[in-house]
Amino acid sequence: MYQAIVFLPLIGCLIAGLFGRVIGPRPSELVTTLLLFASMVLSWIALAQVGFGHHDERIVLMNWMTSGNLKVDWALRIDTLTTVMLVVVTTVSALVHLYSIGYMHEDPHRPRFFAYLSLFTFAMLALVTADNLAQLFFGWEGVGLASYLLIGFWYHKPEANAAAIKAFVVNRVGDFGFAIGIFAIFMMTGSIDFDIIFAQAPALVGKTINFFGWQADALTLICLFLFMGAMGKSAQFLLHTWLPDAMEGPTPVSALIHAATMVTAGVFMVARLSPLFELAPTAQTVVIFFGATTALFAATIGLVQNDIKRIVAYSTCSQLGYMFVAMGVGAYSVGMYHLFTHAFFKALLFLGSGSVIHAMHHEQDIRHMGGLKSKIPFTYWMMVIGTLALTGFPFTAGYFSKDAIIEAAYAGKNPMAIYGFVCTVAAALLTSFYSWRLIFKTFHGKPHDHHHYDGAHESPYVMLVPLGALAAGSILAGWPFYEYFAGHHVADFFRASLTFAQGNTILDDMHHVPKAVVFTPTVMMALGFLLAYQFYIRRPDIPVSLAQQHSVLYRFLLNKWYFDELYDFIFVRPAKWLGYTLWKRGDGWLIDGFGPDGVSARVLDVTRNVVRLQTGYLYHYAFSMLIGAALLITWFMFAGAH
Amino acid sequence: MTASAQIPDLLPVLPEIVLIVGALALLMVGAYGGERSSPLVNVASIMLLAAAAAIVTWLPSGKLVTFGGSFVLDDFARFLKVLALGGSAAAILMSLDYFRREKILKFEYPVLILLATAGMGMLVSAGDLIALYLGLELMSLSLYVIAAFNRDSAKSTEAGLKYFVLGALSSGMLLYGCSLIYGYTGTIAFPGIAQAAAQGGLGVTFGLVFLLAGLCFKVSAVPFHMWTPDVYEGAPTPVTAFFASAPKVAAMAIFMRVAISAFPTILVQWQQILVFVAIASMALGSFAAIGQRNIKRLMAYSSIGHMGFALVGLAAGTQAGVQGVLVYISIYLLMTLGTFACILSMKRPGGMVEDISDLAGLSRTSPTMAFLLAMLLFSLAGIPPLAGFFAKFYVFIAAINAGLYALAVIGVLTSVVGAYYYLMIVKIMYFDEPQRSFDPMPREQVVVLAVAGLFNLLFFAYPAPLLDAATAAAKSLF
Repeated sequence: MYQAIVFLPLIGCLIAGLFGRVIGPRPSELVTTLLLFASMVLSWIALAQVGFGHHDERIVLMNWMTSGNLKVDWALRIDTLTTVMLVVVTTVSALVHLYSIGYMHEDPHRPRFFAYLSLFTFAMLALVTADNLAQLFFGWEGVGLASYLLIGFWYHKPEANAAAIKAFVVNRVGDFGFAIGIFAIFMMTGSIDFDIIFAQAPALVGKTINFFGWQADALTLICLFLFMGAMGKSAQFLLHTWLPDAMEGPTPVSALIHAATMVTAGVFMVARLSPLFELAPTAQTVVIFFGATTALFAATIGLVQNDIKRIVAYSTCSQLGYMFVAMGVGAYSVGMYHLFTHAFFKALLFLGSGSVIHAMHHEQDIRHMGGLKSKIPFTYWMMVIGTLALTGFPFTAGYFSKDAIIEAAYAGKNPMAIYGFVCTVAAALLTSFYSWRLIFKTFHGKPHDHHHYDGAHESPYVMLVPLGALAAGSILAGWPFYEYFAGHHVADFFRASLTFAQGNTILDDMHHVPKAVVFTPTVMMALGFLLAYQFYIRRPDIPVSLAQQHSVLYRFLLNKWYFDELYDFIFVRPAKWLGYTLWKRGDGWLIDGFGPDGVSARVLDVTRNVVRLQTGYLYHYAFSMLIGAALLITWFMFAGAH
Repeated sequence: MTASAQIPDLLPVLPEIVLIVGALALLMVGAYGGERSSPLVNVASIMLLAAAAAIVTWLPSGKLVTFGGSFVLDDFARFLKVLALGGSAAAILMSLDYFRREKILKFEYPVLILLATAGMGMLVSAGDLIALYLGLELMSLSLYVIAAFNRDSAKSTEAGLKYFVLGALSSGMLLYGCSLIYGYTGTIAFPGIAQAAAQGGLGVTFGLVFLLAGLCFKVSAVPFHMWTPDVYEGAPTPVTAFFASAPKVAAMAIFMRVAISAFPTILVQWQQILVFVAIASMALGSFAAIGQRNIKRLMAYSSIGHMGFALVGLAAGTQAGVQGVLVYISIYLLMTLGTFACILSMKRPGGMVEDISDLAGLSRTSPTMAFLLAMLLFSLAGIPPLAGFFAKFYVFIAAINAGLYALAVIGVLTSVVGAYYYLMIVKIMYFDEPQRSFDPMPREQVVVLAVAGLFNLLFFAYPAPLLDAATAAAKSLF
């Protein structure tokens, strides 16, 4: 069964990818979608069996490679952590497949699109079922590849190509750290199998690695490098720049890859490696810092963006920060909880945005929208549900998971935890504000673009059904699971798949925080809503004048803290300059000039001169002979006659 | 006194006697038979050359010496005589169609070639300086005449005259060298010179320099090469083909014999000369050929370069080196004859053409010829697995084993430069827009091209016969 979950999407990918041209777009869509739904059903069964029925399994499929001490099996590691991810991935993926049938129906390259989607799903499933770091890395790079292919799916758009390359390159930075982390683990433990690593982890405490002459604590160093990989994949502060640009891809891709699944791979990785992170408090501090900073920082940018998808993208970035805060304070199950619920409401928001974009004929700027509520009511209500869940309206899915994170941050013993608490609370306010801003500007008020407005229409059922399913998830994924992820059944539910170190009582402590803390997020949520209401429904002139009064701040936020410009200045331009210089001066001038071109030019020069010697005059020829003889004679007279 | 009165043993000289007597007889036939007899004389000449070659192989094996040591027939001489005779026969064969078309099919041409070949035979077998000079002059005088054979053509006569004047100069240098050597060693016999030269002395070295300068002229090695391009271009094409083949074999043969059997004791001296001459020839041959538009001129520089490569082997001064030269010269002979068979087929209804650009698109107008020519050119450039690669391989290996690393490296580098102009022709044949097609290839050329082309392609599969013969020949010299 587990093999089927992982490999059905691959089969779909191969069918659509290799035979898509032969069988046509519609069969390709149906095959991939049906296989994904089959995989989804099996995943839910797996969750029931493993999570609630306590049937952990380790299925060895084959020996992958053996080289010296390195022995890597291809094995499926089936435990609760895996099955939670299986459910998230296959569910969202199946719904996105279905949705794409409607969203992409005008595209001539649908078989390719569906092949990529299924390829992505397979790689993601390989990632979450990984039994060792090599397999994890395989899935990690596989999803990166699929992400690259899908962001650049409309390869005729230069922005899409640029975004695809950016996503790939920024992820390389993270992957570089990840790879070094893996090497360091292999160096210290002699293995990359999770079981062996985890068994040896306690023995590594206090050991050091000589890192460029610096005796670094082994576990801290390893965890920091691994977290670097997670930062790239999960678009954390400093390595986040690729995620908003990735919105150039088709919207279903954004929903699947850049909201629900791939970007959470970093969170998953930290959870999977919790036995290591639990032993490296310094690394945990760093995790909290980056998570909290990202949560707040991305939210501030989200305040002023105008592209509907970019707002949601920054929201994703921010929510991923929440998850890392939970990971950092040691509340792994809580982070996974938010990952789980976030997948539903964020996919819902993306697909809803897609529905809006579809209705508006690929208009993405919310300044050109407005008043769409009456035109596309179903989409409107779905978006509202998604927003409620995202902002943490009581008893929606987001309410449980997000509040749990904020409580955990408050209860955390790590010195950085309080920073996490402050940031996440502030981010909750901002989240509420920008989410409602999106809703108000898009669906309320007066239409700004009558041409598009008049043509707006509700999406077909094939797109609305996934919205409905995700909306149900956004409401219902919360409380039924609360006890298992953040309540009293955590140890029973996750068992060995998550490790809580001795003395890590966070799951208990978080239930004993002051009442004020419990209510803070809800208050923030309400405050954000009211502010947005004031700004965009009652007094639409306020934001305009505010932006004028604080134009520096406004532009700072609008330009995303100028990170793109900064990176462009620090990395991209020097790299391009270096490349250009090596090309023009290094290769063109130095190597070609003194190499092939130079040599051939000199050869021609020599040829020209030599040919000129051949004058045709007899006395020149005779002269040459005599000179030759004279030269040889002279040589022997003065040098050679011994 | 008594020794000179006896009639010497004539058996070892039988091939040369056959050639000379036959040549004189055919001269009579021609003189009395007039123009009509020309075809007959041509065919008879080829048969005479074949008969001479048969006699060379039929003669008793081992080292035969006669005329008091002036004439030596050893395996070395046999090997090179067969090559020279074969080259001459092929040259006559290929000339038939050309002269017929140019209406200068005369009986003197094959007769002159027979006499030149007899000279080559003597040259190859020379055991002292007098025999050397006689053979060389018999060969050269015939060559001067046939260079100007198309006497109505200004270019041809100019070529003949230039060749004659410069040849005379070179003969003078050679004779001067001979006299110096005789003066300082007191003997003209090679073994005697070898003994006497052991004491060294600048005089012998000077003699050696002049002697080798004369020989360098014959093999057209730099800086005594200047006549080559002009003569190659000016002479009628079959004559050029002949110049590039058999006389080169004979000249290289006497070069080796003089160096190895007359001056083994001052190897260091002539090695220096040869290294200089070889480098200069390889470099000039490679660089100058790039600038050529006329294919005959290009082949002239090509032959200069190839002589340079062959001299690399001789410069090693070892048996392996001599063997390498013998292999080189054999393969070079066949490659050159094959290439000239193609050049002789470059004719259109308007007449012969000689520009490289006239080969454009040959791959489409006559693919077989283009393929064989391309293979010959690749081989001349020294690209494996064709024969030309092995030719270079053996001489360079010999040079390396003799410690002449710089020479070998320079040789390889110049062969890279040289590859350019060969590949250029291939490119023109295969990638340029086709010109009007050539007239069909005459049968004689087809035969030569087929033999040369197949040898060239298949040598790598069964190189043993040639290598064994070359080994035996080289051994007999030491």
